Amino acid sequence: MTAPAIELKGISKAFGPVQANKDISISVQPGTIHGIIGENGAGKSTLMSILYGFYKADAGEIFIKGEKTLIPDSQAAIKAGIGMVFQHFKLVENFTVLENIILGAEDGAMLSTSLGKARKELKHLAEEYGLNIDPDAVIENLSVGHQQRVEILKALYRKAEILILDEPTGVLTPAEADQLFRILDRLREEGKTIVLITHKLREIMDTTDTVSVMRRGEMTATVKTADTSPEELAELMVGRKVLLRVDKVAATPKETVLDIKGLRVIDEKGVERVKGIDLHVRAGEILGIAGVAGNGQSELLEVLGGFAHGTGVIEVNGAEIPLTGHGADGQARRAAGISHVPEDRQREGLIMEYSAWENTVFGYHRDPAIQNGILMDNAGIQAEAQEKMDRFDVRPPNPKLAAKNFSGGNQQKIVLAREIERNPDLLLIGQPTRGVDIGAIEFIHEQIVKLRDQGKAILLVSVELEEIMSLSDRVAVMFDGHIMGERDPAQTNERELGLLMAGITDTSAVADSGDGASEEALNDG
Amino acid sequence: MDFLTLLQVLDTSVRLATPLLLACLAGLYSERSGVVDIGLEGKMLAAAFFSAAAAYYSGNAWVGMLAGIGASVALATVHGLASITFRGNQLISGVAINFLAAGMTVLVAQSWFKQGGRTPSLTGSARFGPIELPFAIGPSDAEAAGRPLSRMIAEAGPLQQFYSELISGHSILVYLALLTVPLTWWLLFRTRFGLRLRAVGENPAAVDTAGVSVVWLRYSAVLICGVLCGIAGAYLSTALQAGFVKDMTAGRGFIALAALIFAKWRPVYALWSCLLFGLFQALELRPDIITNLTGFEVQIQLLGALPYILTVVILAGFIGKAIPPKASAEPYIKER
Repeated sequence: MTAPAIELKGISKAFGPVQANKDISISVQPGTIHGIIGENGAGKSTLMSILYGFYKADAGEIFIKGEKTLIPDSQAAIKAGIGMVFQHFKLVENFTVLENIILGAEDGAMLSTSLGKARKELKHLAEEYGLNIDPDAVIENLSVGHQQRVEILKALYRKAEILILDEPTGVLTPAEADQLFRILDRLREEGKTIVLITHKLREIMDTTDTVSVMRRGEMTATVKTADTSPEELAELMVGRKVLLRVDKVAATPKETVLDIKGLRVIDEKGVERVKGIDLHVRAGEILGIAGVAGNGQSELLEVLGGFAHGTGVIEVNGAEIPLTGHGADGQARRAAGISHVPEDRQREGLIMEYSAWENTVFGYHRDPAIQNGILMDNAGIQAEAQEKMDRFDVRPPNPKLAAKNFSGGNQQKIVLAREIERNPDLLLIGQPTRGVDIGAIEFIHEQIVKLRDQGKAILLVSVELEEIMSLSDRVAVMFDGHIMGERDPAQTNERELGLLMAGITDTSAVADSGDGASEEALNDG
Repeated sequence: MDFLTLLQVLDTSVRLATPLLLACLAGLYSERSGVVDIGLEGKMLAAAFFSAAAAYYSGNAWVGMLAGIGASVALATVHGLASITFRGNQLISGVAINFLAAGMTVLVAQSWFKQGGRTPSLTGSARFGPIELPFAIGPSDAEAAGRPLSRMIAEAGPLQQFYSELISGHSILVYLALLTVPLTWWLLFRTRFGLRLRAVGENPAAVDTAGVSVVWLRYSAVLICGVLCGIAGAYLSTALQAGFVKDMTAGRGFIALAALIFAKWRPVYALWSCLLFGLFQALELRPDIITNLTGFEVQIQLLGALPYILTVVILAGFIGKAIPPKASAEPYIKER
């Protein structure tokens, strides 16, 4: 057997009191795709950042191709043939593709020679790996998928033999993700070694040769992907059995709570984002809106939540709600019985610098029940926040901690606790599990189903198709501001919905295979 | 207004635009690297004093300028330490430098020269004198002919007037400042250093992960800023005027910042915006011209405020968009 492409021995790293990596050893064979899976905060990114020279390990050794290598900075990592594609791209947005690629790897002090050489090299790489891209395009005008391609090209231009990708699909559409995995396969065929960091079980199962599981800073197992299952990996990640499927009984919908007729939304740039849609949600059911991000779902939620304006008719419990002007704001919406768990919880759902207990009353802070004369009843709010946090299993259960100090999943639980506990008639919920740990996903899904079973109407928007399939009682697909169609999740499959998401309404070829749906829901990551 | 008066106003504009231009380009380097510098004013002021003092003692304007650059670079290093090494608030550091320079210059001047916080007047080679370009009518021609210079120019043809009055007869530092514009453009957009400098002001993480030192790049930008502010200060006290007086920068550092925004952080635009703001300052000295042109009297304070008003208009997005370097004012901390 040849020497491993990467071998880490006894790597440890602490950030203050937090031990991000504990005595980690791992060996990656050349020419393979090696997955590293773990929940948020398990230490995956820290480990790879150490390998890329971004952080310095407190202890441990790194061997590249069998040779002991010191990697004190990124320059050393690049020299050792390591390239990294970060979760948040490290691109200069107003530079061209070519300028980004040569940055730090220029030939000589004059740009013209470097740019000329890079242009040729880029053409060569594009042919070799099928990574076509316009070298003169400015990064900010490129799609996220293409920006990621630039990051990969950057690494290849620096002659990387080992490519580390940190949560590469988090920002991609399903089609872009498929494309990425085709590229990774191609790179593997060419003999490159790929390390794929992700928390999505599905990606691990579909693309990797070997997988290592991390939990709380420790490496819990390394197994051949072919010899394991999503259930086993999930258990290794979380440390207990996890229900990957959503457990729910059939819905018993009652009267219509939300009725939307001919809704149109024009954004501040003058672009029509919602182009006349009709939808209704009944009490006791979950309507899922599927679609690739940016097809009008966000605007739909914003109008319903009262922070964007629209035209058309929206009725809640039979009463029309204003869509512009006075009364078209979050406060009026809450008064009308609408709760909202926004898509971007860090910007719209929470004030990150404020403590958890303060965040549990935002939007409801005018409620007379929490006033004490002209002052707020802070002690009462804190006590109540403590109870809510216990009920929603927020960890750590400390209401005085600032929202930013909680993990994504626990932040979402704080928002959920606030919105659900107000006993709304209609819950709007956008991307409920984006950036949320697998253990917390299970809990959040349970809460949503529980609310449905209490007879509430729920409008769910998610770009995770599996989530839509497993939670919804009805699925509507949005594309380019239109509703392309409505399906019963038991009577459809991901391929049919995928076509609708791409704007293709003729789905006769793939329809009517309801069995596939539950199979795929099993693989839900 | 006759042609010659126009030339005279433009000539004054160029003289007054020079310190603005140098300071503006200084700020451009700093801000393009992601370090906001509102301490241009302070650095210029310190440089103006130390230039004048050193020029007085040595009798050599160049020695004066070196001393000015030294003082300015020292303050730039302080700003670098505060904002790059210790990742402090760049605005606070800049404000501190402005106060430090305002107080220190007067204090030291009083202690050294006992003339109420000013340096003695500079004469001869302690000042940067005007340079007569070939074929221009200058003081030497006037002396040779034995006639007043102003009359000789008035009698010349319009082209010669333009050449002698506007192009010729400035100090070397004016020409140097004008040369800095294409040089900066070339450095910024045609060299590796420029690419990295622009990158570090937009996304320092991209530079860091590409294996280039963010700290080194930002320090070099801040030091270039110090050198240019030093020249600007030297120009004020040893070329534009003959010696240092209290607060002689008179807000030029802030006008230069306004010009930088007005120029959208681009070197060639910086030249035009500084010339424009220089023109406002020149007109402030000749309110009679405006009265003659427009027929009514204009408050000269309004002219002084114009650079700031225009900057607000630009910032409000009325004339295109002024987008600052994305990472400016943000200390670079490796994220977790």
